[in-house]
Amino acid sequence: MGKTIAEKILSNKSGRDVKANDIVVADLDFIMGQDGTSPLAIRAFKEMEAKRVFDPSRVAMVIDHSAPSPLQGVSELHHQMREFADEQGICFYDIGDGVCHQLVPEQGHVVPGDLVIGADSHTCTYGAINVFSTGVGSTDLAAGIISGKLWFKVPETFKFVVNGKLPAGVFSKDLILYLIGDVTADGATYMAAEYVGSAIEDLSVEARFTISNMAIEMGAKCGLMEADDKTIEWVKQHSKREFTPVSADPDAVYARVKEYDVSNLEPQVASPHTVDNVSAVSAVAGTPIQQGVLGTCTNGRLEDLRIAAGILKGRKIARGTRLVVAPASRSIYLQAIREGLIETFVEAGAAVVTPGCGPCVGTHNGVPSDGENVISTANRNFKGRMGNNKAFIYLASPATVAASMLTGRITDPREYIN
Amino acid sequence: MNLKGKAHKFGDDINTDYIISGRHKFKTLDMKELAKYVMEDLDPDFYSKVSPGDMIVAGRNFGCGSSREQAPLAIINANISAVVAKSFARIFYRNCINTGLPLIECDTDQIDPGDEINIDLQKGVLHNATKGIDIPITPLPEVMLKILSDGGLVEHFRKYGTFNFD
Repeated sequence: MGKTIAEKILSNKSGRDVKANDIVVADLDFIMGQDGTSPLAIRAFKEMEAKRVFDPSRVAMVIDHSAPSPLQGVSELHHQMREFADEQGICFYDIGDGVCHQLVPEQGHVVPGDLVIGADSHTCTYGAINVFSTGVGSTDLAAGIISGKLWFKVPETFKFVVNGKLPAGVFSKDLILYLIGDVTADGATYMAAEYVGSAIEDLSVEARFTISNMAIEMGAKCGLMEADDKTIEWVKQHSKREFTPVSADPDAVYARVKEYDVSNLEPQVASPHTVDNVSAVSAVAGTPIQQGVLGTCTNGRLEDLRIAAGILKGRKIARGTRLVVAPASRSIYLQAIREGLIETFVEAGAAVVTPGCGPCVGTHNGVPSDGENVISTANRNFKGRMGNNKAFIYLASPATVAASMLTGRITDPREYIN
Repeated sequence: MNLKGKAHKFGDDINTDYIISGRHKFKTLDMKELAKYVMEDLDPDFYSKVSPGDMIVAGRNFGCGSSREQAPLAIINANISAVVAKSFARIFYRNCINTGLPLIECDTDQIDPGDEINIDLQKGVLHNATKGIDIPITPLPEVMLKILSDGGLVEHFRKYGTFNFD
């Protein structure tokens, strides 16, 4: 009987021939923690009476959720991370380096066929480059960095076959919002998602990351894609590691399969306060907006910044609005400066902030006030997510965010795209 | 292990931001302090309404969203003895087992706010004392029972130094 990508990777890493619902203890290729989760993991590491991490080259900690520190309490936690990183000799990324889910693939830490855990729910992002990567909590992170292993229940797989060609002005963010709206926030709970089909193949690797990033928003354990020529070229540009891509067998067994054609898809928007509250932009167009956010692990990549800058160039954001831009990493930030994108944002009236997660998770860098509406390229619109439970968050593509900032109302970006 | 307390009822898709908001959780590792803000965005007075042993009872997909382990830890430190829901999001589920917060999966439509609930974890029985009914519960997988019976994953590692399910 054939196997899914998830079954194959967990078989490879556990040294057993496993199928969905088996429980395995498997070897980890890479392990990551951020500043919201690492301090608790360091505490658990000490409570577990461990002395050294299993392999410092396979462990990274990233300060991105509150970067730079907005509060003394946070500074103390950051200090604990820096001290631990020094003492253990692990990979360490400090303020300004970027968002963990951009850095882990960009810096070449992970390659197709890997098994990866991260103490952050959006660790599923690397599924776009054929990595079984999944989010865990701090105690699992501690167990992982001590033993190099973790136990897993081999997930069943939900296969999304997405065919057709995305129309102009409609992007991978619209595609994944549409799928989440369709299957709902727990539509793939406990399952691996596999995204296949011509619409996925057409996307750049950067655009594919946006889809896998949001697999958790349908409850999935990971959001896997096949490694094609684009993937292999992208990974070779970023990593020196050898790798063998893992494909699903033609006779693999799926718990569920759904087929879509996105040729007529409109830009999509998730309205407050759940990610699966999705509609076409036309249904919410005209909603007044006070703040925009461009960035995050979902949509802070160079391609995203280029799309938004293409709409904002030579224009100003509407009076009474403000736009926060956070490139996803230092290298993206630098390239955006070289290409003049940052100049475009600043001239348009945006505030460009340090690469990091602040505006998305409500730690700092743009907490909205009571009753305000925000349109964001992030992945969550939960009540209170941005630091104020009386604000309203709409999720959309970089193009829809940019277009909405020009009018001060939720706007179909196709009005600005030829 | 027997648990006893009254039900505090919530709906579907209760995410970890609602359980403990990001604006609090990044500041401190003091879970007693964080516990004061449990469920704050849904019910600002929740913490003061809880008597020790009480249970959170919810619908589908409890604990969805971020991987913050502060969520189960804040619930534990608010003196909640268990979370009872129709289903759980997977990272939260693992975090509860690892930190020793009992989870019960069952049909929560048969529990109303304020109902007195008794749970016998060994026998796998949930009894709604107010309504005088037993509600069947989904048993935990063996790996999780092993970690829970060791007192959580920290204690499991102190004992074995690695994963040991033999």
